Amino acid sequence: MSHLTNIEVFLLLSVLKVAVVLVITLMAVAYTVLLERKLLGRIQNRWGPSRVGPFGLLQPLVDGAKLFLKEDMMPLAVERPLYILAPILALGCALVSIAVVPFGAVTRVHGVDLFQIANVNIGLLVILGITSIGVYGITLSGWSSNNKYSLLGSLRSTAQVISYELALGLSLVGVVLRAQSLNLRVIVDSQSAHGMLSWNFFGGLQFVGFFIYLMAAYAETNRAPFDLPEAETELVAGYNTEYSSMKFAMFFMSEYANMITVSCLATLLFFGGASSPFGHLIPAFGGAVVQAILPVFWFVAKVFGFLFLYIWVRATLPRFRYDQLMGFGWKFLLPLAMANIIATSFILAMRG
Amino acid sequence: MVPTAYYLILAAMLFSIGIAAFLIKRNVITIFISIELMLNAVNLTFVAFAHMWHQVAGQIFVFFVMVVAAAEAAVGLAIIISIFRSRQTLNVDEIDLMKL
Amino acid sequence: MQLALFIIFGALALGGALNLLYQRHPIHSALSLVVVMMSLAVLYWSLGAEFLAAAQVIVYSGAIMVLFIFVIMLLNAGEEHRTNGSRAAYAVGIPGAAAIFCLLSFVFLSERSALMTSNIGGDLSNAADNIADVSAMLFTRQLLPFEVTSILILVAILGAVVLARKEQ
Repeated sequence: MSHLTNIEVFLLLSVLKVAVVLVITLMAVAYTVLLERKLLGRIQNRWGPSRVGPFGLLQPLVDGAKLFLKEDMMPLAVERPLYILAPILALGCALVSIAVVPFGAVTRVHGVDLFQIANVNIGLLVILGITSIGVYGITLSGWSSNNKYSLLGSLRSTAQVISYELALGLSLVGVVLRAQSLNLRVIVDSQSAHGMLSWNFFGGLQFVGFFIYLMAAYAETNRAPFDLPEAETELVAGYNTEYSSMKFAMFFMSEYANMITVSCLATLLFFGGASSPFGHLIPAFGGAVVQAILPVFWFVAKVFGFLFLYIWVRATLPRFRYDQLMGFGWKFLLPLAMANIIATSFILAMRG
Repeated sequence: MVPTAYYLILAAMLFSIGIAAFLIKRNVITIFISIELMLNAVNLTFVAFAHMWHQVAGQIFVFFVMVVAAAEAAVGLAIIISIFRSRQTLNVDEIDLMKL
Repeated sequence: MQLALFIIFGALALGGALNLLYQRHPIHSALSLVVVMMSLAVLYWSLGAEFLAAAQVIVYSGAIMVLFIFVIMLLNAGEEHRTNGSRAAYAVGIPGAAAIFCLLSFVFLSERSALMTSNIGGDLSNAADNIADVSAMLFTRQLLPFEVTSILILVAILGAVVLARKEQ
């Protein structure tokens, strides 16, 4: 790369980084679907997909091909521009927020940070903002399909998401208070001093904040036990009833991409991100490459743990009733999050 | 660098479009939406002036405008819902009685 | 860079606002306003107001406008009809708005020499501590207004609950 100027190297590496992260995220989405089907199968004492490829490993590719080749139906009475815009918005917002997530330790090649696409000062606020824009995907899909079940599903979803956004945002304030920054990299660095002991969940005493975050995040991503927007026993399929083929696949992928983002955020904010759980107990081994890859391994392992928890919860818990859902969010999670903020700031003020 | 006057003129355009929409629209919700547009236009002038003078006070003012707009939206939409419950219409021309 | 951002997102904001005026269905107007708000957020960012840009996206487009769309969907508002009142409003509204715009831009352009000095402090203010600046100001010198607004929000919540409740 000696004959390229600095700016060209920068552009080339950045574009390459974006492409690689996008492809890996999409593959991760596809295999999260397979993981969910396999695990659900095991939990319900059956096999899950096992026919295509060894252990069913090629199943996501075949599913993708099937959805891609199906007829793309366009019902007559839909609001056409919004009907097409909605799935694009949902998937786009779900994928964009991965851009500010740091996957590993700072590793610079030609001045480009390899394991983070964009290091933004207000990274946490960017993720929250993109999540709140993602609501439009679901809202508009329900309204534009001109179907009463879709409309009910999207009304439920809108109310649910804007209610739980409050608890979600407030649960993160404790972490921000401890790190004194909204930059995700700084938040991770503030937890990497003594391995597991300095993680916000253990050493930072943010476990209350973590549980609020976890429940609010399950509601934000419309997953069980808060999957009322697509409660199939009540609403056919909720907001995506009228969608078929690739448009349906985009909603499906956005749900799993959101799960991955939320798991990444939980890892970054409460479980030390890419830092090792053992701190400096294990002596550094291998060359520079191994040392650069190892944080990524820890990060992926933690995210995988959260995805497992997601699926486990789905297989275990029944769905909430609608009034219980609202009561739980407003009357339990919100006051608890506020109490957590007051307690955290009180402790920090006493220490400082 | 962009002169502050450009931002102010953009804000003036948005504000006058907001006024026009406020006067022309017949749906209560759309009228309310045009009020939000006017608030946003004013916020832009505040941020432009804050940048011009390097004072954070202008940004604080925008913050308060946002908070008040949120409160206003909650109350205003509640009023719209109760109007719709009693009259089954959102057209301002038909909501012309003080009392039913 | 700042000029390019201004031209692109200023044009987008203007287009969104005109579309708001042009559309007949409230949900399309609301979505046009979302476009305006998102482009304003980018302009705020380019003016060094990082926190406000994020707050604009989270509070305005993520919460307030979702609430508007929620109410539009809940009340199943349809397209608006032309009435005598609306014809009168067209006759008064567009010239009135144009007059106000002319007045404002006349003032801005005649005071241009004073406004041109936007580079008093040079480049974008140091964006790294924008949030620190805003919060230091907010929680020290502006503490009383801040607390008063929180009471205002509490009153607004209670008011909204009372107003929107079904009468028994």
